[in-house]
Amino acid sequence: MRGISPDAAEIPLPIPMNSYIVEIKALKKVYEGKQRVVALDGIDLEVRQGEIFGLLGPNGAGKTTTIGICTTRTLPTSGTVTINGIDVVAHPARARQFIGVVPQFNTLDRSLTIYENLYFHCRYFGMPHSEAKSRSNALLAQFLLSERGKAYPAQLSGGMAQRVQIARAIAHRPLVLFLDEPSAGLDPQSRIAMWEAVEGLRKEGITVVLTTHYMEEADALSDRVGIVDRGRMLALGTPQVLKDTHGARTVIDLKLRNIDGADSIAEKMKVLAGVDGAERIPEGVRVFAGNVDGLLPELIQVCSPLGLRDISIAEPSLETVFIHLTGRDLRE
Amino acid sequence: MSSAASEMTATGAPNRSGGMVFLKAFAGLFLRDLRVLTRELGPFLLRVGMQPLLFLFVFTFVMPHMSSGNPMAGGAGTSFGTILLPGLMAVAIMFSGIAAVALPLSTEFGITREIDDRVMCPVPVAAVAIEKICFSAMQSIIGALMVIPMAIWIPAKPVYPEIQNWLLFALVLVMSSLLAGALGLTIGASVNPKQIGLVFSIIVVPITFLGCVYYPWAGLKQMVWLQYGVLFNPIVYMSEGLRAAVTPSVEHMPVWAILLALTFFLGILGSLGVRAFLRRVIS
Ligand SMILES: Nc1ncnc2c1ncn2[C@@H]1O[C@H](COP(=O)(O)OP(=O)(O)OP(=O)(O)O)[C@@H](O)[C@H]1O
Ligand SMILES: [Mg+2]
Repeated sequence: MRGISPDAAEIPLPIPMNSYIVEIKALKKVYEGKQRVVALDGIDLEVRQGEIFGLLGPNGAGKTTTIGICTTRTLPTSGTVTINGIDVVAHPARARQFIGVVPQFNTLDRSLTIYENLYFHCRYFGMPHSEAKSRSNALLAQFLLSERGKAYPAQLSGGMAQRVQIARAIAHRPLVLFLDEPSAGLDPQSRIAMWEAVEGLRKEGITVVLTTHYMEEADALSDRVGIVDRGRMLALGTPQVLKDTHGARTVIDLKLRNIDGADSIAEKMKVLAGVDGAERIPEGVRVFAGNVDGLLPELIQVCSPLGLRDISIAEPSLETVFIHLTGRDLRE
Repeated sequence: MSSAASEMTATGAPNRSGGMVFLKAFAGLFLRDLRVLTRELGPFLLRVGMQPLLFLFVFTFVMPHMSSGNPMAGGAGTSFGTILLPGLMAVAIMFSGIAAVALPLSTEFGITREIDDRVMCPVPVAAVAIEKICFSAMQSIIGALMVIPMAIWIPAKPVYPEIQNWLLFALVLVMSSLLAGALGLTIGASVNPKQIGLVFSIIVVPITFLGCVYYPWAGLKQMVWLQYGVLFNPIVYMSEGLRAAVTPSVEHMPVWAILLALTFFLGILGSLGVRAFLRRVIS
């Protein structure tokens, strides 16, 4: 299950080429060094104007590397990326005019206040004093930070700092905003505030590309999701399409006391009504089920000779899509 | 790709092309550094002023007032002050350069990666590095100029600058300051924060002491190996250049050689520094 499976292809839309704001073609990145790491192994992706696109993948999948290349901070080994039609390797300075970035870590300027972080960002992008001032104040209001304008970054909570970073990233009115793990380290409340902020960007017509390894986040925020693992795009589409084609199935993990007979148990389960598939996992058996009604008692009964230790059920979600595609958990 | 410019306006974004982008971004970066500096004006002045102040006080005020048996005492004291003036200006330039770029850069590159937002400016990344050199040069110039009134007020016998060629003075001052900034950039971008103290003791201090700061280059005549050895040290040309411009009566290197060497070292350290900077921000 490597590469984009044909059934996961995007719904074709009659949109001309130039409405793709981000175009990634056959992108490869190899980090040479003592240990050679293939971070990206041929990624293709097109992001349409105005959409919110989520890159979902486990640690080390290549999400940050992809964003790094799109935002001119990392040089690709091969392949091309264009932003608004501008090649990021050939014309990085020009491409940066259209890009906003919120990196994975807090990179606010510690020597400046929150207001000044916004103000000077505007100045870097050529706004004169008065415009930079009014834009900064408007952004502080928009992101509910007006009272914190005079504070320094070190005095903010993680959620506030993240909002400042988003405000700063869009201050120069970029066409596309890249958010790398925007909710990493945020408490649930701040995460929701951040989601609202991102939703708000849609109204401004800003295209958003975000990375995450929280499938709920990808599901809740994104119009389309790309699932990446080990530098490859495994599937691409709307969350609904992905779930329908790869994972509209419940995943039931049955952990067994005695795993010696697990193989034959898996065989027995495969024939049960409602079961689409069953396979060995290190601790027992994993069952993919289309219809769970009445299935659990049967499964438990089949397992009972070997001793059922634990049972976990994952409802259909991008998580089960991921498990289906890779045989692994997102968190593994 | 040539249609990109027309696309910009087509997509509704404001027209953002032209060379003005570069100047405005550069000005923005400079203003940001200026804002940070003015917030710490006191520490800045102390930092650049303390060393020349103490040097002048000890060597041109205290020593000459000491009784016999001191080699610095007597007639030597005043002329030493004259030798010291350009040398201390060179030291002020050096240390401001290091303090203005190397120290902040090594933290901005560190875990906080504060430099990121500036690197994302719509200008080539090299411009961000060059702005650092220019801003540092501004601080160096202030530091060097501060030495002049000190040399007049502190020593037992005032040391007045005898600048005859103002153009030469301005040229040497600006080039030396840019050179110090380039050195600071090279150090700040290639040394990790933990080792910056070590670099100070094994590079900055030695090149200062061997930089013809406290003695004119011509004074090394008796030690030919040293006289030629120090030619690899860019500080030599800063102090000799300032000697030629500020106290031309003291024997100094030929002006053409000084300017040539300053240009040479500025080119080398500038490109080394910019390259080190690029390596740090582009992977
Ligand atoms: N500068 C580097 N040098 C060497 N290897 C690197 C470098 N940066 C990333 N890698 C490797 O490239 C691979 C992809 O890393 P990347 O940071 O893109 O993953 P990610 O999807 O963002 O993961 P995470 O969720 O942990 O942020 C990893 O195996 C990582 O170790
Ligand atoms: Mg990452």
